[in-house]
Formats: sequence, structure tokens, C-alpha cells
Amino acid sequence: MKNKVLMCGNEACGEGAVLAGCKFYAGYPITPQNELTAYMAKRMLETGGVFIQAESELAAINMVFGAAAAGVRAMTSSSSPGMSLKQEGISYLAGCELPCVLVNMQRGGPGLGNIAPAQGDYFQAVKGGGHGDYKLIVLAPSSAQEFLDYTALAFDLADKYRNPVIILGDGLLGQMMEPIVIQAADHKPEIIDKPWALTGCKGRKPNIIKSLILAEGALEEHNKKLQEKFRSIALTETRSESLNIKDSEIVLVAYGSVARIAKASMQMARSKGLKVGLIRPITLWPFPDEAIRNACLSARKFLVVEMSAGQMVEDVRLAVNGRTGVEFHGRMGGGIPSEEEILQKVEALI
Amino acid sequence: MAKIKIDKDRCKGCYLCMVNCPNGLIKISGVLNAKGVKPAYFSGSSKCMGCGMCFVICPDCGIKVLK
Amino acid sequence: MKTPKKKSLQGAIATKSSRPTFAQPMSLRDVENHYCAGCGHGIVHRLVCEAIDEFGIRERVIGIAPVGCAVIAYDYWDFDVAEAAHGRTPAVATGIKRVRPDDIVFTYQGDGDLAAIGTAEIIHTANRGENITVIFVNNGVYGMTGGQMAPTTLAGQKTSTTVHGRSLRREGYPIKMLEMLAVLPGAKYLERVSVHSAHEVLRAKRAITKAFRMQIEGKGFSMVEVLSMCPTYWDMTPIQAADRIKNEVSTFYPLGVIKSC
Repeated sequence: MKNKVLMCGNEACGEGAVLAGCKFYAGYPITPQNELTAYMAKRMLETGGVFIQAESELAAINMVFGAAAAGVRAMTSSSSPGMSLKQEGISYLAGCELPCVLVNMQRGGPGLGNIAPAQGDYFQAVKGGGHGDYKLIVLAPSSAQEFLDYTALAFDLADKYRNPVIILGDGLLGQMMEPIVIQAADHKPEIIDKPWALTGCKGRKPNIIKSLILAEGALEEHNKKLQEKFRSIALTETRSESLNIKDSEIVLVAYGSVARIAKASMQMARSKGLKVGLIRPITLWPFPDEAIRNACLSARKFLVVEMSAGQMVEDVRLAVNGRTGVEFHGRMGGGIPSEEEILQKVEALI
Repeated sequence: MAKIKIDKDRCKGCYLCMVNCPNGLIKISGVLNAKGVKPAYFSGSSKCMGCGMCFVICPDCGIKVLK
Repeated sequence: MKTPKKKSLQGAIATKSSRPTFAQPMSLRDVENHYCAGCGHGIVHRLVCEAIDEFGIRERVIGIAPVGCAVIAYDYWDFDVAEAAHGRTPAVATGIKRVRPDDIVFTYQGDGDLAAIGTAEIIHTANRGENITVIFVNNGVYGMTGGQMAPTTLAGQKTSTTVHGRSLRREGYPIKMLEMLAVLPGAKYLERVSVHSAHEVLRAKRAITKAFRMQIEGKGFSMVEVLSMCPTYWDMTPIQAADRIKNEVSTFYPLGVIKSC
């Protein structure tokens, strides 16, 4: 049964979690994601889940570690400064191969920054803000509907691969209200058995959840296993959207809210007869290298647009691998680019 | 005899001064100030002792006590 | 100046150490503040500045402002101020005081900063007996982020994360930080005061003044907890909020000296 409601991105994200069978949420207030925390406070109560407003983001990620270790679909959310606090816990979750969903509604930084939207945590999410060799699956929705859809998907991916999955949003997407369709049938959670979980060892050998591996050579073997997992994720879970690539001379690359603005710039350019296309990564890790490589066939230049000093642009350069030019336009500290500003940059490149 | 001066445009209309004046000499104005609230105002009474309780409670340093 | 006739005021005014000056302190910038109507922060800011002026220490005072509604306290205070990450305020204060022991270092923290994310920092700073002054503004709610539950939210109190009211079973009990810290030998002076009436503000001023004097005289760690109004997130008028402290909050969080060495 179709159910269309007006919701902000934060709440749509929460509803996606509920549809996916999330039964544990721990969080801490921080702008601009408070609507998500308040929504989970209400919905977890209504659906028999657990809501805890933890004493800090650090405590919250460790509560998620516990719930995940016990085999329950668990989630936490925060914004940039709070995500920094969670990095230790995220490394542990990845090292222990525990599934969970993290949500970062990015804000201006560094430090306390401001509460305006930004994309300055790309490196933190994609390159690993915590210590050690691990990867998070990184999803970048660009609308309230996608928050619902991709948060629900995130739980399935997390369970399937026994890995944390992060939804990388920003304050603009989190607080923007849009009509969304909540179709439970579209989001039937893929529940799988978790024989490794800590549920009491009755009738089976005891399970241990740990990331300390001291025996000679054993940690390297564990890391090889993790890397094999990441290779297989990269083969099957890459997602992106490509628009007007076939004949494009200039290809815009942007994600999240910037992708929507860049899409408008692309349309303005096309109406002026300029051959402009757009690649919108939906998974930031695994990065859509192949979509970028395909665009190299026609593109003279890529223009990467981010609300940062230039983070995703490095991955675009790696994928392009010298085949053609890669330019960058960025806004920092909560600055948001306009369609006209991006169009001007495009025109300057033609 | 003492009196007070309330900065009517600084006033946020919390009226804590009104309930802390021991002689009830502060009232609510009927005219909106620049903030769009009805500020507190001094009734001008000679009963003012200059005790300063209005100053003490005002969160905005909006009251001057004049002797 | 005529002697006030009301008995209830006599004690408050006659005490030498709390004689009110009725003038905006020099350390408090003469600008309008952003706090809501009836919020206690404006009063507490002024009391801190009055103490600093009375001791003549403005040029060697260093304040640490919290994450919370008072995060921009440095816009109102005319002396050196650092901003700390949420909850880490006492640790930052420790760093400053240890390298500049002759400066007067104080923290100004809300209930989230001190009693939620910063519990480790305040306990260990008090335990080490750092010679600093802590001003703890307790309004039982997270104001800056939109009215979520705080560790000091009372049972049954509705907030954006306790929509049906705080459940002791689910959310635990409100925390009494001063009573907990009193166990530590390093904590020398702990008092709880309020700003809900002019009479209580004068008592609060005495306590804050004493807490600064403790540091000036090198007597160790002191902390003043100030019960304060948050009309916006208590969903009340300022006058109702002041009454709530008088009738409800202060019955759970009793006013008075918890510890004095």
C-alpha cells in the first residue's frame, strides 16, 4: 500500500531503518541530525526496539558494538564532530566484522565549525577515519526518498558482508522536507542467520567477538580475509548514476546535495547547447571507477564539485589515471555552490 | 527616594523583574517594543526603595537603579 | 539609600560580601545577548563577571566556554576565553592552569557538557584537585540542540527524546554531580545555588565569589552548580519556569553547601 508523506531527510532515514528491522539505536544530540535522534526515540518505542540517548557519541558507538555483537540490527547517527569521536569504535566494529549502520549528516568543519552542510568528511568515511586497514561501505543519498531507500538497503548490506555501512549525508539533505513514498513491500529486510553472534552458548561452541589477534602471522591472515571481502564488495555493490555521458565533453562529478545542484547546472548548460554530463556516485566506497573510465571516452575534462577543499576529486583523478583533465570547484565551511556558479566554471572550461 | 530606568528595547519580556519587586512597582507595557514584545516598565512610584532586586534578577542588564 | 523594609531581603543585602552594586560589571560586554527571555545564563554570566571585577582579576582570568547555549559566552565576556570540545572543558582547564598557575582559570559548563559526555573529565579534574573554579549551569535539558533529555532531566519530564516523560526504568535517574564529586578528597568546595529569584541570585553570587576566592587563595578545586531556567524547552513562561525551580527542581536538587573544606 503506497503511503506518501512529507518528511525531512533525517526522519526518512529513521523510517528506512525501521523498515529494515532496526531494533537498536543509540545516539547523542548534535545539530543537524537531531530530528533523526528524536524520530528514533519515538519509533523504537513504537516498534519494540531499544532507544538510548547515550552519554556521548563514543558511548553510543560502543553500545552499537554490543547490540551488533548480540546479533541485532543496530544503528547510530551523528554529525562531523561526533563522527570523529566514533572512529575508534568503527575500527573495532570493522576489525570484529560486526554489521551496523552509521549515519553522518556532515556539517562545516574542522573543529566545532558550524551547522551548515558540508562534505568535508569524505576522507574520514571513505579512506578510514579510524586506525588500521578496513573499509566501510559508503552510501551517499541525495534526496529524502533515497535516505529511506538506502538506509534500508544499508542494513541488508551490513548483514550480508558483516561490515559497518555508513550513510554520508549533510545538513541540507537532513533538514530538507520532501514528499516520500513509504512502501514496506519494497523494503522487505533480508534477514540472515548470525551463528557467530553472542547469544549464550547453549547447544553450541562459545562464540568470541574480538579484534585482538596476537599469534604469529595470524593478524596478517585476518587482514587478507578482510581485503578479500572488500574486493568482493567492490565487484557487486558499486552504485552510481550517469546522465548524458555518451556525447559529453565536460563531465560533472558530484554526490549528495551537490549532485542535485550540479544536475541543474547540467540542464542549464545543455539548454545553451553545451555538451555536459553528470556522474553521481551513490556508493562512495566502492567508488564507481568504471563509470568514470567509461566517461573518459568522450570527456575532455571532468569537473568535480564538492562542499570541501577537494576530497572525492582525488578518487576521480585515480580513476581517470591521466587519461584526461580533472578540474575541481569547491566550497568550504558550510558554503553551498549555486547552479550558476557551477555553470560559470563549466563555461570557462569549454 | 529612588527610581529605576528600564531599557524598553533591550527588554525581552520575561517579567522576572515584575515578580521580584517587593513593592510591585513594575508592570507590563501595552506598547510593543522593537523586539515585538511588551516590555516591562516602571510605574514611577515614590515607593521605590532602590533595593535593586530588579537589577539583580534581570538576565539582560536592562535595568539601571538610580538613587 | 533607604533601608529596605522587607525582612526577606535584609539578610541578602546586609551581608558585606554580597553587597550588590547595581551596575553592569566591566568584564561583561555591554551588548545584548542571544539567550531566550528568562534564561538563567544572562544572570550567571553577570555574576561571574561581578566576581572577576570585585577581585580585580580580569587581566589574568581565562575562561573555558562549553558546547551548549553558552558556547558563544566569549561574545559577552571581556577577557581571554577558550572553546573546548564537548565535555572536555575541565581537561582544557587543567592544561591551561598547569602551565599558567597564577592565572585564574574557570570553566562554565551545561548539564550535557559536564554530566553526560564530560563525566570522566570532571571526575578526574576534581580528583586531581586541580586549583580551578567550575560553574555548572543545570537547566535539566539540552537547549542548544533542541530540547533533548539531559542527565539532570527530572523523572516524568517531557523532552524531545523522552516524548512520554523521562522513565526512571528506561533512562535512569537524574544525576547529582555535586553529591557524587563530594566523595573525592580533591574536591574542596561544592555548593548548589539557584537563580530563580533575586534572593537566590544573591546567594548564588556569594557562592560564585567564594569559588573564585578559593582559587585565588590556592585552596583547590571548587564547583558551584546553578539551577537555571529554560523557559523554551520546559514549555513555560519565564515566571512559571522560575516557580518550577522553586517548587520542583530544588526539591530534587537541594540548594546549599554540599562540601566545604
